Amino acid sequence: MSIEFPKVVVASENSTIVYFSERPCRQTSDQIDYTANALRVKLGEDLIDLIPSYHSLLVIYNPLSIGYQKIEQEIRDTIGRWKANNQPQQSRIVELPVYYSPESGPDLQRIADHSGLSIDQVIELHQQTEYTVYAMGFAPGFAYLGEVDELIAMPRLATPRHNVPQGAVAIADRQTAIYPSQSPGGWNLVGLCPLSLFNADKRPHSPMQVGDKLRFKSIDRDEFIQLGGSDKKLTGEIT
Amino acid sequence: MKGFKVINPGMHSLLQDKGRMGYHSLGITSGGAFDQYSFGWANRLCHNLDNAGCIEILVGGLILEAQVTTQIAITGADVPIKINDSTVENWCTHNIQAGDKIAFGYATAGCRAYLAVAGGIQAPLIFNSLSTVVRESLGGLTKLGTPLEKGDVLACSSNSHSTERSVPAKYHCEFDTDIAEIRMVTGYQYEQFSQQQISQFFATDYVISSNSDRMGYRLEGPAIELPGCEMLSEGISLGAVQLPADGMPIILLCDRQTIGGYPKLGSVFSQDIAKLAQMMPGKKLRFKPFSIQQAQRVLQESTSK
Repeated sequence: MSIEFPKVVVASENSTIVYFSERPCRQTSDQIDYTANALRVKLGEDLIDLIPSYHSLLVIYNPLSIGYQKIEQEIRDTIGRWKANNQPQQSRIVELPVYYSPESGPDLQRIADHSGLSIDQVIELHQQTEYTVYAMGFAPGFAYLGEVDELIAMPRLATPRHNVPQGAVAIADRQTAIYPSQSPGGWNLVGLCPLSLFNADKRPHSPMQVGDKLRFKSIDRDEFIQLGGSDKKLTGEIT
Repeated sequence: MKGFKVINPGMHSLLQDKGRMGYHSLGITSGGAFDQYSFGWANRLCHNLDNAGCIEILVGGLILEAQVTTQIAITGADVPIKINDSTVENWCTHNIQAGDKIAFGYATAGCRAYLAVAGGIQAPLIFNSLSTVVRESLGGLTKLGTPLEKGDVLACSSNSHSTERSVPAKYHCEFDTDIAEIRMVTGYQYEQFSQQQISQFFATDYVISSNSDRMGYRLEGPAIELPGCEMLSEGISLGAVQLPADGMPIILLCDRQTIGGYPKLGSVFSQDIAKLAQMMPGKKLRFKPFSIQQAQRVLQESTSK
């Protein structure tokens, strides 16, 4: 059974979800970005919020000022214009420094054992890939990045850690992410980023946004400290 | 600035407004008053803007001391309230003098009360809202998502006393004693569930698990078999009813995560989310299917009243 895309489906009394394709891909990301921007302009005050994700966009609106049929029509019209337009958008490329090492990435050994590679090879594979920011959620500023090279894809820990430090770079299956704040978490830790990834008081609140491309750049221990990384995170004083 | 001093924060008291909108794409949830109906009445009684800051009081125990002369209003759960030594009513305004002590007992029906102050409680806004979301460490007096604590001062202006107002009894919350009927707008992956799975879902009397909070209500009942659809994480609306791997539904509420990857049957109608806010763990509910047409018609009718 083939499904016609875009698929526009009711999500709640004031939201509609649009599925752009079966799987995320470059074109889908472009379409989501285009549709989100166009709807912001077109709907103005009728629009309450938008949640872009891998292959979908949740459109939250004010049901007292616009009905669901009108919203569906606006969404379809907007996507229709993208087809006619069909210019791939230029993604921003963000580069973030990461100190990869067993002291900053306690699961590197686990991944190396699992994959049959050396720790250096695991690090190399993680940092040579250009990732796409597919979604932000779970916590403010938490970006879901894909896709991790399948050689180092690694299932989540059976028992999540109580405390993952702020800045931890982690892998879960073919996804990777950086923890923007200290929190519990079950992803495999491979390194630490010394930069702040979410700041409620300052714009931009996060160095990345959905649709950006992201690269990790390997740095050493000294550079990590110079860039503001805390060595307390390395000695385990801050967990 | 003067206002109300927290003598005892009670079980769990939070500053809330309508919620934080427009930042979901950063992963920031809405938060906001859980029972928007009672919250709305509290502000209306005080002639406040509809987004003015209020205190959401879970179960009770809150004790405040007034430092200003003003008017307050209390709505929501049935909770004994004393101003100094006199017992006072819920769902109405009360004139307050500096030095007055307002003490909440513990709810006898429902579980969330709302206290509004004329002119609104003032607190720093973060992402355009003072709503406290503990899980995200955002909002509240400290901006760091902390619940009210002993010694906090909730700033507000002085206001002259005015005629006391009350909400007619027919508009007070009704607290279902037996099984609450919760309307769910069908949507998301609804079409991918089998007829048998859907019939079972609507026929089940679910019990609200003790592991429930403003983020989500976990429900206990016979597990539902999941459709074999592969899911990618997607945006979650307020009230979404998701079915994780164990087949026990979770209703995602005001402090929900903004994206998630479990199949969902639809989303609870907002007027019934207010009802859920007043239901404690152990209470029972049953879902009733509601179409988007019905939901939007009821919303239009309720505002034109």
